[in-house]
Amino acid sequence: MATPITTDPRRAIAEPLRWRWYEAAFWLVLLLPYLLFPTYLALASQIAIAALFALSLDLILGYAGVISLGHAAFFGIGAYFAAILVQRWGWREPFSGLLLSGAVAAAAGYVAALLIVKVSRLALLMVTLGMGVLLGEAANQLGWLTGGNDGLHEIAVLPLFGRFTFDLYGRTAFLYAFAVLLLLFLAARRIVQSPFGLSLRGLRENAARMPALGTPNRRRLRTIYTIAAFYAGVAGALLTQTIGSVALEALGFQRSAEVLIMLVLGGTGRLYGGIVGSILFLVARDQLADMNPQYWFFWIGLLLILVVLFIPGGIVGGVAKLWTRIGRGS
Amino acid sequence: MDADWEGKLSVPALRADTLMKNYGSLRVADAVSFTLPEGARYALIGPNGAGKTTLINLLTGIVRPDHGRVYLGGAEITGLDPDRRVKRGLARTFQINALFPGLTALESVTLAVAERVGLAPNWRRKLSACGEAIDEAHTLLRRLNLADDCVRPTRELSYGRQRLLEIALALATRPKVLLLDEPAAGVPAAESAELFEVIAALPGEIAVLFIEHDMHLVFRFASRIIVMAGGRILAEGPPAEIASDPEVRAVYLGGTEIRA
Repeated sequence: MATPITTDPRRAIAEPLRWRWYEAAFWLVLLLPYLLFPTYLALASQIAIAALFALSLDLILGYAGVISLGHAAFFGIGAYFAAILVQRWGWREPFSGLLLSGAVAAAAGYVAALLIVKVSRLALLMVTLGMGVLLGEAANQLGWLTGGNDGLHEIAVLPLFGRFTFDLYGRTAFLYAFAVLLLLFLAARRIVQSPFGLSLRGLRENAARMPALGTPNRRRLRTIYTIAAFYAGVAGALLTQTIGSVALEALGFQRSAEVLIMLVLGGTGRLYGGIVGSILFLVARDQLADMNPQYWFFWIGLLLILVVLFIPGGIVGGVAKLWTRIGRGS
Repeated sequence: MDADWEGKLSVPALRADTLMKNYGSLRVADAVSFTLPEGARYALIGPNGAGKTTLINLLTGIVRPDHGRVYLGGAEITGLDPDRRVKRGLARTFQINALFPGLTALESVTLAVAERVGLAPNWRRKLSACGEAIDEAHTLLRRLNLADDCVRPTRELSYGRQRLLEIALALATRPKVLLLDEPAAGVPAAESAELFEVIAALPGEIAVLFIEHDMHLVFRFASRIIVMAGGRILAEGPPAEIASDPEVRAVYLGGTEIRA
């Protein structure tokens, strides 16, 4: 049981941050659909986008401990902005469109954070819920800009690098979404493993204590909120660019709730939780929804309750625990 | 009002000037004034509800006074947020363990060091590349005899070690003034003496004000005692003087003898 005494403090800090072989293996497995299930590539793209969105929520919820019921607001802003860029301004280059959409969502995140960092608990839930609902209705009313209930369609961006067109099978779309997810995952990994990331974990563990270390809590939270909103905006823009349309569901409450479910199922505060959760959620929905949509929600509700009760670290947390136990046993 | 003092004496490390605070009709700080000179080892005593913790909260900015001022090293800090005060050298510990249960002691103290040296907002650098901050944290933990347990999550540490970690976190901010709110609360007698040895061995230039109920520890480690009751400072003086003060005995100790 005794933990070995590590005499080298630098190693003690560096050890948990090391790359593991199974991380590389995980990412290779994620590429498999491209080879094995070419007919499911549209679903695989959806999963990559949902995973990126869940990763965004993990940055604020899993690391900084700030819960949100309206995170789809930033996803939606990115999704709509990507469409508006193409339709109103004829800006059809996808990479810059993605970055610009992320930047607009980040700006919105910064403004939202000015208010969000001042509240906690129930007030925080209500403020984020209110923001999401408010933005949804605003998008509905601003029909001249957003297409209202009909949404915006036939959003065609230029081929990637001027060469790879978005094909009917979704091959380009999948590789595009996968590459963006991987890149932003690597960035997120760096962020959470930085001194800044450590201070986020401090905020999650005991925010009230942080000012006594000299931490300006609100400024720190505004920074991560802005970063997370950028991630969400990029995810939204990816959706618009890969399916060529955007509708009100992009920023509805349902999307905010689902991303929370995906992240909690997969496990918060581990970066991988959102990815695992979105795979589980979307694959299960794809398989079960054909039978009966209501039935599907019954099972996901049950699973959510069981996971929260019996494996509070989510699926990734549970696997990690099992892994260490096996490691110790042998 | 003390203009003629400033030329003659060195600037006090911390000074409270007529601090007032009411919660509704309850007066929790009533014109509290005192100075803490550089290198002080002062004890703050008083019955429960005397306003000792409130005073620390007022000094550190967690609670804002209705009236009065706080000076740190001669500069007024009354309007500063708590984190700004910490950056200027005013640190505290908490009566109840206020630690980071899921972080290791090493991570916690590294976090405090990173905050002090301005690394904490940095999200581009890897934590493992911040060797100096990590080494400093480890050195501090070793000084407080916490090195053996420093890679275990804080929640697994014994209560006494968690109390030491409280102090380590405060020290990592390199304070000029350290306010300790019952550092030995809940710690068995033998361990609490050990804990106070650590406090006594702190660098001489740090001014320390500690709240403590155990009079043996107070008389052993404090050079001067401030007695509070009902939000007021009742008496202030060297231990011998306080021990023989009839008013202090009457109010604080219910007439029982203080054994120094």
